[in-house]
Amino acid sequence: MTPFSAFVKKEFLHIFRDKQTMLILLLMPVVQILLFGFAITTEIQNTSVVVLDECKTEESRALVEKIGSGQYFDVVQYIESNRDIEAVFKKGEVKMALVIPQDWSKNIGTWQEAPLQLIVDASNPNEAGILTGYLQSIVSQQSGLTPMIDVKTRMLYNPQLKSAYTFVPGVIGLVLMLICTLMTSVSIVREKEIGTLEVLLVSPSKPLHIILSKTVPYFVIALINIITIILLSTFVFGVPIRGSIALLFGVCITYIFASLALGLFISTVSKTQQVAMIISLMGLMLPTVLLAGLLFPIENMPLPLQWISNIVPATWFIDMTKAIMIKGVGFGFIWKQWIILLGMTILFIGLSVKRFNIRLS
Amino acid sequence: MRKFLFLLEKEFKQIVRNRIILAMIIALPTIQLAILPHAATYEIRHINLSVVDSDRSSFSTALIEKLSASRYFNLVAVETSYEKALKLVEEGEAHLVLEIPHHFEKDLRLNGHTGLMISVDAVDGTMGSIGSSYLNRILQDFAIERMENLDIVPTTDKAVAPRIEVVPQYRYNPQLDYKTYMVPGILVMLLTLVGGILAALNIVSEKEQGTLEQINVSPIPKQTYLLAKIIPFWIIGLLMLGIGLIIARVMYHIVPTGSLLTLYLFAAIYVMAFTGFGLLISVAAKTQQQSMFIAFFFLLIFFLMGGLFTPISSMPYWAQVITWFNPTAYLIEVVRLIVMKGSGFLDLLPQFFCICGFAVVFNVWAIFGYNKTA
Repeated sequence: MTPFSAFVKKEFLHIFRDKQTMLILLLMPVVQILLFGFAITTEIQNTSVVVLDECKTEESRALVEKIGSGQYFDVVQYIESNRDIEAVFKKGEVKMALVIPQDWSKNIGTWQEAPLQLIVDASNPNEAGILTGYLQSIVSQQSGLTPMIDVKTRMLYNPQLKSAYTFVPGVIGLVLMLICTLMTSVSIVREKEIGTLEVLLVSPSKPLHIILSKTVPYFVIALINIITIILLSTFVFGVPIRGSIALLFGVCITYIFASLALGLFISTVSKTQQVAMIISLMGLMLPTVLLAGLLFPIENMPLPLQWISNIVPATWFIDMTKAIMIKGVGFGFIWKQWIILLGMTILFIGLSVKRFNIRLS
Repeated sequence: MRKFLFLLEKEFKQIVRNRIILAMIIALPTIQLAILPHAATYEIRHINLSVVDSDRSSFSTALIEKLSASRYFNLVAVETSYEKALKLVEEGEAHLVLEIPHHFEKDLRLNGHTGLMISVDAVDGTMGSIGSSYLNRILQDFAIERMENLDIVPTTDKAVAPRIEVVPQYRYNPQLDYKTYMVPGILVMLLTLVGGILAALNIVSEKEQGTLEQINVSPIPKQTYLLAKIIPFWIIGLLMLGIGLIIARVMYHIVPTGSLLTLYLFAAIYVMAFTGFGLLISVAAKTQQQSMFIAFFFLLIFFLMGGLFTPISSMPYWAQVITWFNPTAYLIEVVRLIVMKGSGFLDLLPQFFCICGFAVVFNVWAIFGYNKTA
């Protein structure tokens, strides 16, 4: 057995013996994919609505019935006065109150306009806007009005607007970053802290081998995780892989290298595990979740944040994975992003090698 | 009691001496509140749009002008064919393609009615559906404007159709500002991180360094020891909330409409619950790496299932049931209700009992789980 493979074996043993962490490492992507895919939807359904029907005619009842019968709204309660609206809103359940004025049905069918009043809990502005839109379209359907410009919308790549299509590439990016960067950096710094790294470094084996051997098990775990995520997303959520699988794995492996290099770099700059964790979590996890386009579109952010998102490796990775999996494009469309990611990897490897040498002297 | 005070002194000294923790107490709320509300937004603006203009009429030119003037869209290119526009979508340069058909102007002038086609890059579902609904609204406005300008009475028999109009009134956030919605949630995130992560690391690091052994062989009862661990984090959490509220006021002009006392009462119990949770992890884990990982695993679930980014009401029923067991979900709701709507303590009684329940369960569990002989 060569010294290097002996070190790799040692690292694997470290991981296999820690059953708890092992379990979490393998389960984490499963839980995340299931949560993101099933629970984190931005579609809005079954919103609770209260109705203040001052009109009390057949037409107004028909309108309320129509609103409650769709998938978007549940009419939960009829209230008697305007003052009750405030009270139900403060409890937090009800998001919308529809007020049908007294002479509403009289005005229908005449030239007069027949306004309905809608009071929306706009604490979540996005939801408020979407709900108003839904209600407006239900009402205009009821009134049989056709718009002047009839717009047909074609949803490319994701006709059912499944949120899994958006989240799967992001979750791969997040999990790989977590395992490769956080785990690698912490496990190296841990040996520093307990002093065993010192023992290894004064031994005749090459320092480079010692450090590299730390990254091998995480590389393997990362690969297993990618396969789990892709299998789950294909068979449970029906997310397609429209592009080439080889290309997808190529991109993933580049990103794994980038994350490992980052982990090595963090381990060279931090003295204690806590510092390594805080740098990994605050410096990498948060930007990856927030700025890399995982949950929120980058285009909407203010410019300084868009600049920051450009230096987050996950941004480029998520962009490429979405393009390969969902849009099915070839390498010709993503080579720019790939070069950038590769450049980052080389930069971090270079930096860590430099730091590592300084520390030894 | 004297023992307890000495222990408390020890904990405070350790925290004050630890630069990282001190830095985190100041930096965490500042950075998070400065960056997060800007990043965590579903307010959709500047959607990249490309137009295929097959009509090339005064109407289509005016429409393109109107679209490029809108703050919701960035006009990337006016193409001659759908294939060229689609290539832009594949490259990620454009998100929406609007096809203006031949005879667009003619149809609108003569019939008062025409069709259009929008193609949406729906890889990001939210952006796709919101973008197309904005575009739809602008198109309808455009049609009405044109008709009024030209004084054309459309030939369709509109007088018979009833004219019903919906007048929306947006309560609590009339400007529809997403930041007002995110800031209260971020305050909860801060409290959770203090309790969850700092407390989770605390006992384990004593375990790793071996100092826990000394406490274990001393005559200090475990309840006293754990209580002395909880109180510093509890104070840190409440301090951070204070700093967070000041930042929210200065940066975003968000002032809680409800009572500060109620807010602090909830926060105090919540931090108590989460330090209990952190201690529980700390008691179960052997290394800092382990405890960090477990804490992170649960916190991620708490945040994602807590309604911080996506509303709980739109989750499927089984997922909503899971959120009943999530303390973070209750507090996010409570803080939003107090800060934005000014809900009083009586409105929030159910949430209050739930959070209290979590505080009791986590702490009692941590005390029973802690074993001096381990």
